[in-house]
Amino acid sequence: MSEVIVVTSGKGGVGKTTTSANLGTGLAMLGKRVVLIDTDIGLRNLDVVMGLENRIVYNLVDVIEGSCRLSQALIKDKRYPNLLLLPSAQTRDKSSVSPEQMKKLTDSLREDFDYVLLDCPAGIEQGFKNAIAGADRAIVVTTPEVSAIRDADRIIGLLEASGIGRIDLIVNRLRMDMVKRGDMMSIEDVVDILAVRLIGAVPDDEHIVISTNQGEPLAGSDSLAGQAYMNIARRVTGEEVPMLDLSAKGGFFSRLAGVFRKKQGGPHGTV
Amino acid sequence: MGLFEFFTRNRSGNVAKDRLKLLLVSDRANCSPEIMEAIKNDIIKVISRYMDVDTEALDIQITQTPSEDGKGAVPALFANIPIKDLKNGNPDK
Repeated sequence: MSEVIVVTSGKGGVGKTTTSANLGTGLAMLGKRVVLIDTDIGLRNLDVVMGLENRIVYNLVDVIEGSCRLSQALIKDKRYPNLLLLPSAQTRDKSSVSPEQMKKLTDSLREDFDYVLLDCPAGIEQGFKNAIAGADRAIVVTTPEVSAIRDADRIIGLLEASGIGRIDLIVNRLRMDMVKRGDMMSIEDVVDILAVRLIGAVPDDEHIVISTNQGEPLAGSDSLAGQAYMNIARRVTGEEVPMLDLSAKGGFFSRLAGVFRKKQGGPHGTV
Repeated sequence: MGLFEFFTRNRSGNVAKDRLKLLLVSDRANCSPEIMEAIKNDIIKVISRYMDVDTEALDIQITQTPSEDGKGAVPALFANIPIKDLKNGNPDK
């Protein structure tokens, strides 16, 4: 049974594209057949985060307009052959595609893929309506900030009104040191306010910047963010995975390094 | 209130949470600025029959207030209406 999932947030810059890339990679690592669709027409980014920007020939609008076959536009991931990307068009605008056309496209992909992941543009206009048109479920990404949570609340309202079956929340860019001293809302605070199911939390991790620089998603890697994304991918498939302790300073090797630091009397205690 | 609470009460995380809660009440009430403006004008129209109000300084907003059973909070419409002159309750004056 295949699922069409839209990754959305309302506010820009909270990590939709990073989440889409890592969730797609995580699901592919679990052996699922995954297609990622960048629906941000005019501002394409997912190809860069995936490191596939040099392989684009055709794009989403070409497929919709029938200028090429769907299979011609799909780009295979560098590392996982069961992960494909349908890039967005850079020189067109949102009105090039209608919600009906998007629904038809996502439905046609159900046959060949276990998961169709849609990276939604920021905002609540045409691009958002296109992206959610064919989706069975939604993953709302937010950061623990007033503006991002306010927009997430609005998006959740719109998703509910559109009849999306299931809505899950990812709290991104958490800084546990700040949460601990009371200067950042906690995961519980955010979930309490938005009243939706939490599917995972991702720490603010510099490995994300490095992985984006390199164009290689870090899902499943040794970093804390990599583990967090992998856990989210598992939960998306329905697996019960306990929440990760985000106050830990990193993966095994960085924890090991942390032990040495502590011996030297470093300032960061590992938990 | 414990000592810990005393020190954490006014941290910016809690400030953010309180601000958000208020904000979302008015957001979720689905009152567009146009509707709020219409409510404001209607209130002015009604009150003006009885007293002279400062229409410039009039402020209405949707906030939260503790519910009567004391268990939660309910949305409430707050109106701050400065009175310029009381007409002594005679609508025809």
